[in-house]
Amino acid sequence: MTMIGWIQIALYCAVVLALVKPLGGYMTSVFNGERTFLSPILRPVEAGLYWIGGVDEKREQHWLTYTVAMLLFHVVGFLGLYAIMRLQAVLPFNPAGQSAVAEDLSFNTAISFITNTNWQNYGGESTMSYLTQMLGLTVHNFLSAAAGIALAVALIRGFARSSMRTIGNFWVDITRCTLYVLLPICIVYTLFLVWQGMPQTLGAYVDATTLEGAKQTIAVGPVASQVAIKMLGTNGGGFFNANAAHPFENPTALSNFIQMISIFALGAAMTNVFGRMVGNPRQGWAILAVMGVLFIVGVAITYGAEASGTTGLNALGLTGGNMEGKELRFGIVASSLFAVITTAASCGAVNAMHDSFTAIGGMIPLINMQLGEIIVGGVGAGLYGMLLFVVLAIFVAGLMVGRTPEYVGKKIEAREVKMAMLAILVLPLMYLGWTAVAVVLPSAVASMANAGPHGFTEVLYAFTSATGNNGSAFGGLTGNTFFYNLTLASSMFVGRFFMIVPAMALAGSLAAKKSIPASAGTLPTTGGLFVGLVIGVILIIGGLTFFPALALGPIVEHLAMTASTLF
Amino acid sequence: MLREIRPAIVLLLGLTAITGFGYPLAMTGVAEAIMPNQAQGSLIERDGKVVGSSLIGQEFKGEEYFHGRPSATLGPDPQDSTKTVPQPYNAINSMGSNLGPTSKALIDRVKEDVEKLKAENPSMPVPIDLVTTSGSGLDPNISPEGALFQVPRIAKARKLPEDRVRQLVTDKVEGRLGGLLGEPRVNVLALNLALDAAALK
Repeated sequence: MTMIGWIQIALYCAVVLALVKPLGGYMTSVFNGERTFLSPILRPVEAGLYWIGGVDEKREQHWLTYTVAMLLFHVVGFLGLYAIMRLQAVLPFNPAGQSAVAEDLSFNTAISFITNTNWQNYGGESTMSYLTQMLGLTVHNFLSAAAGIALAVALIRGFARSSMRTIGNFWVDITRCTLYVLLPICIVYTLFLVWQGMPQTLGAYVDATTLEGAKQTIAVGPVASQVAIKMLGTNGGGFFNANAAHPFENPTALSNFIQMISIFALGAAMTNVFGRMVGNPRQGWAILAVMGVLFIVGVAITYGAEASGTTGLNALGLTGGNMEGKELRFGIVASSLFAVITTAASCGAVNAMHDSFTAIGGMIPLINMQLGEIIVGGVGAGLYGMLLFVVLAIFVAGLMVGRTPEYVGKKIEAREVKMAMLAILVLPLMYLGWTAVAVVLPSAVASMANAGPHGFTEVLYAFTSATGNNGSAFGGLTGNTFFYNLTLASSMFVGRFFMIVPAMALAGSLAAKKSIPASAGTLPTTGGLFVGLVIGVILIIGGLTFFPALALGPIVEHLAMTASTLF
Repeated sequence: MLREIRPAIVLLLGLTAITGFGYPLAMTGVAEAIMPNQAQGSLIERDGKVVGSSLIGQEFKGEEYFHGRPSATLGPDPQDSTKTVPQPYNAINSMGSNLGPTSKALIDRVKEDVEKLKAENPSMPVPIDLVTTSGSGLDPNISPEGALFQVPRIAKARKLPEDRVRQLVTDKVEGRLGGLLGEPRVNVLALNLALDAAALK
């Protein structure tokens, strides 16, 4: 670890923190339906969409209607995306002549992109046509992000409202989020990325003759416009197979820095939206503090592990940390930081190969996902995930002092705790369950690229990433098989929607309750005690759930590595 | 519930038209107009022919060129198209080795490369970037040490004084942005182009 490395990390945190208030303020006014400085341009487009769609923007929805609308939107989106991939060979914008994507891979990919996972069992430049990348994948980068933010806003309204039956209108929330928040930022962001060297063209792949006379075909495409929303919407699906490690998808140290900022920007700002909507911005800062502590600890561990290198490489007299799978322009610090950010949020873009990280360095990304991606988390999804843990923490605190727990003026009762537990428990069921199945199926074991405990970690990582809707991978695992395409798709589906439905039920039941003023007996939820309590609950619930699995994977591998055992 | 079907279809189509069609095409138009070089892939031409991209690494095998980092990319086997074989710097199939810290295959590969490099230049420790594959397999850079390490071999092959070659390397070193972001590096293709130009003089 170097001083310059830590300064980069500190600078990163400072920029993210500086963006929280302005972005949070802007997003709050967008979701409160207020006019913004972009309204003169965007309002006619917005109103036109409602008019054709028959949406009455003044009519709010019950939580059940809101959820059904969201689900229907995803069903239609899934069908459209599946169709585009199956038909891409006969559709335009296909200069590389990509053939139709196979049925199981199309199924997996369609689920992957509607759930904001962007797990990739394919290499973008060798599988997808430009049309699929734009009309299929870019679109769902926008819409799945907007849906996540909309759902979080609906849950916030549940906390903020008193004795109301409705939690907002899904159609209005998703439209306003796409038009007023995501699109304007992406337009500026795309141009910045092109300036840094990212291609943005519909031209065919380029044939170059190298200095030594060999032929090199270079894949290009409309990269920047997709990467902008890929990062901002914590989607993470790469235009290219190597994702943000590819020089065209992350050309410079500056593009890397800004990409890291954009992963956290909206998720961190959502805590501020929460604080503003419940009437006390400090409630938002307290939640961000919980996230911040867990984040910094993760960064320190991964950075330390990668900077120390591996026993095997060090024994050959090599110094400078574990550079296998890392790009030189990013080095150890920017690769370690990126890995922790991308898994703390549910982004899943990678600028280095996590599969080649040290055992401990690669374990932190795994833990980040297993905790439910609540350390800032996916746009929207991170906040509603964190609020579920807050509900549990408040409940535990209430049990300790023997009072009915309350949070931001709402009594937390049996129904709320049940819904929170349901949402939290379904995740380990998927990633532990499917991992257990995979390691006893010879055909699934054959997909592992590494032998020994590292192979087990590859499988555990895959199902954890899919269930958490992250999308990063220990990329050696051959995921494009019938078994993994289907089981990973089911993990992504359950991980997204079985968390959303209880969260929305929670929103509905909270909105219907009366707000009660804080009294002398109310646990303050803006101080250090509360922050510590929530961190404790997250680590205890998380730790008890997945520690045994970690012991079989990264922990035993670390011990093997220090004993110079190779597999 | 049925009343939600119409907005589901209409909004999907409407937002698809905006974000999947209007947005990327408009961005392509603007980017090609104001930054055509970057938009098309930062291509480098020499004598009117495209020799590569300044951002994409390419394979160098000859003694007289600086070599990039090892690359783990694969390509189709010319004998049997259902199989893949190593094809370094294949820019239509980016990938890393994905070998983990306890992988015997990784340590064996690195050990072999280290021994080769030690034989080539015993006077310097082997820089780690010359024996590890990058995440993309297309890394255009090596470290300044990685370039200086190769100077004796190139000077000998090109019959140039070592100081002259070393000077070319030093001229091509790019530092951290603002003294802070990124790592010091040398672009291998740019360095080799400079080397060819110097040899012509």
